[in-house]
Amino acid sequence: MAILVDNETRLVVQGITGREGRFHTGRMVESGTNVVAGVTPGKGGQEYEGVPVFNTMEEAIEETGANASVIFVPAAFCADAIFESLDFDISTVCCITEGVPVHDMMKVANYLRVKDATLIGPNCPGVLSPGKTNASIMPNSIFTPGNVGVVSRSGTLTYQIVNELTQRDIGQSTAVGIGGDPIIGTDFIEILQQFEADPETDCVVMIGEIGGNAEQNAAEYVQSEMTKPVVAYIAGFTAPEGKTMGHAGAIVSGGDSTAEAKSEALQRAGIRAATNPSEVAELVTEALHER
Amino acid sequence: MDLYEYQGKELLRQFDIETLEGRVAANPEEAHAAAAELGGPVAVKAQVLTGGRGKAGGIKVVQEPEDVEEAARQILGMKIGDHTVRQVLVEAGADIASEMYLSILVDRAEKKPLILFSTEGGVDIEEVAETNPDSIVRIYVNPLLGLLPYQVRELVFDAGLEGDVAKGVGKVLNNLYRAFTESDASLVEINPLVATEDGRVLALDAKVTIDNSSLFRHRDIGEMHDIDAADPGEQRAQEAGLQYVKLDGDVGILGNGAGLVMSTLDVVAQAGGSPANFLDVGGGADAEKISEALDIVASNQQVNSVLFNIFGGITRGDEVARGLLSALEQSEIDLPIVVRLDGTNAEEGREILAENTPENVHTEETMLDAARKAVELAQNGSS
Repeated sequence: MAILVDNETRLVVQGITGREGRFHTGRMVESGTNVVAGVTPGKGGQEYEGVPVFNTMEEAIEETGANASVIFVPAAFCADAIFESLDFDISTVCCITEGVPVHDMMKVANYLRVKDATLIGPNCPGVLSPGKTNASIMPNSIFTPGNVGVVSRSGTLTYQIVNELTQRDIGQSTAVGIGGDPIIGTDFIEILQQFEADPETDCVVMIGEIGGNAEQNAAEYVQSEMTKPVVAYIAGFTAPEGKTMGHAGAIVSGGDSTAEAKSEALQRAGIRAATNPSEVAELVTEALHER
Repeated sequence: MDLYEYQGKELLRQFDIETLEGRVAANPEEAHAAAAELGGPVAVKAQVLTGGRGKAGGIKVVQEPEDVEEAARQILGMKIGDHTVRQVLVEAGADIASEMYLSILVDRAEKKPLILFSTEGGVDIEEVAETNPDSIVRIYVNPLLGLLPYQVRELVFDAGLEGDVAKGVGKVLNNLYRAFTESDASLVEINPLVATEDGRVLALDAKVTIDNSSLFRHRDIGEMHDIDAADPGEQRAQEAGLQYVKLDGDVGILGNGAGLVMSTLDVVAQAGGSPANFLDVGGGADAEKISEALDIVASNQQVNSVLFNIFGGITRGDEVARGLLSALEQSEIDLPIVVRLDGTNAEEGREILAENTPENVHTEETMLDAARKAVELAQNGSS
């Protein structure tokens, strides 16, 4: 099981011939992922990291039966690449690229509503199910298979927390980086739903940050719908108003967007909230013992 | 990227939204010349990228051109929030019959443009939301379809508008939606949108924010960016492709990854310290980039100690350590630096650092210990 990607995943890399695309394809192959195809318009017929390259997604899917994609194409062309994936019925699309225009993403997000597909990102590290499939730029070496699901708006913060879980011999079912942009394909709730339904997941770590109100919505969902324990961590208590803190979506713009407001919502929902990243592993240990 | 009022109005005019005639002035003499040219009573308005200028005295209505110099003198150089006023907009007067509010913004949760309209203009919309919520009309637009004619009618009728004003508002709304999408704005706000005695509808103010990620296709808007309004450190970081935000404390902070750095700031505050900045150096171990980042952090005179929090992922800890050593050689910082290195090959990395680092560099294993150490060193440095 695990969620989104597993042993059944046949991955296609969109933008495989670029610097990032090529580098990470190598790493994904090394960590045992079934990378079946790459797509770069005009580079069809070539081979990168042992993976055949096609000009179009239609051709790549027809030839290889790819069912998930990871996108490295430049920001200006990302929306197009996502539409191409969705139109040929890729079920899980991970867009790694940072800097996709917000208006492009609004169109993508509304198109997604009529499609039976999941878009992760953009501006995210991707999805990794340890020991099964690595559709991500995450360092495979810090992960170990297990029963904790991880969902996060931040890359390195995820690595930090996963590393501490692994050091305590707590493995992960799937880690999902949903991305740090204002408009993303999939919010916390959809991932929490999948973890709730996944028999391999016993506990979920949710890592949020300032900006928007996705954490509040997630807190309500956890309280009303989830039976599995959730441990949360929020970053950005010291962030000033009106400043973008690295991630385009990490900005305090009144009310709900502050770390305090998110933290209060978590507490109201009875969710264990860590005050620093290291405490997450402690709280997960506690939560797993209680089950 | 936020636009000044006069820049926002330039943009609105490109989309056929009417504004009052105005001139930008950087000194009292220019302001006087502008007022003489416009004739009649004028408004002198501070141009700053922050709200609250009216309350701060940044807007003055002047009846006679000879009084404009004095008004401009009072406003120019004024501090509004953290911003210093360096320009004023001198604008012609108008006979205002009513004030309204109109904005379009990106609603993150709905993932759609949201139109807000109210017949109560000239005050904060948050305030209206509390005092008279029924006066606010909300319309979500499907970005794949664009603003539909029936939605414009709905807004106009829901708001109870009639006659010329109804027509005028409808026209402004259509044009504003075009401005919003074609300029890749994340916010366009006209507050107040006014109806004049002679039945025209025009934008008396303009607040426009453009999505930074879209600037590659809006070079003309990118050129409007006022680099001098930013903190010198923020300017330098921008040129180096680093994400830097200056704060008020004395513990300089840098690390790899936005979330990890934000979290580092929080942990420093929890340890009783006060962060001086946010700086994300990104992935990799490029010595030149790290050295530039260290210099930017240290160039803030308030900084008494520096905390460098690195998680080695794909870039292994030993590579990071070597990059850091070479960066330390390149920069000439004598402030105490606490390095916290974790992740892949972190032990090897820490060993390399321990063997080779200069006296002012301390290494710690955990974030909490590193934060405590950096705070302690900052407090020693300030006494």
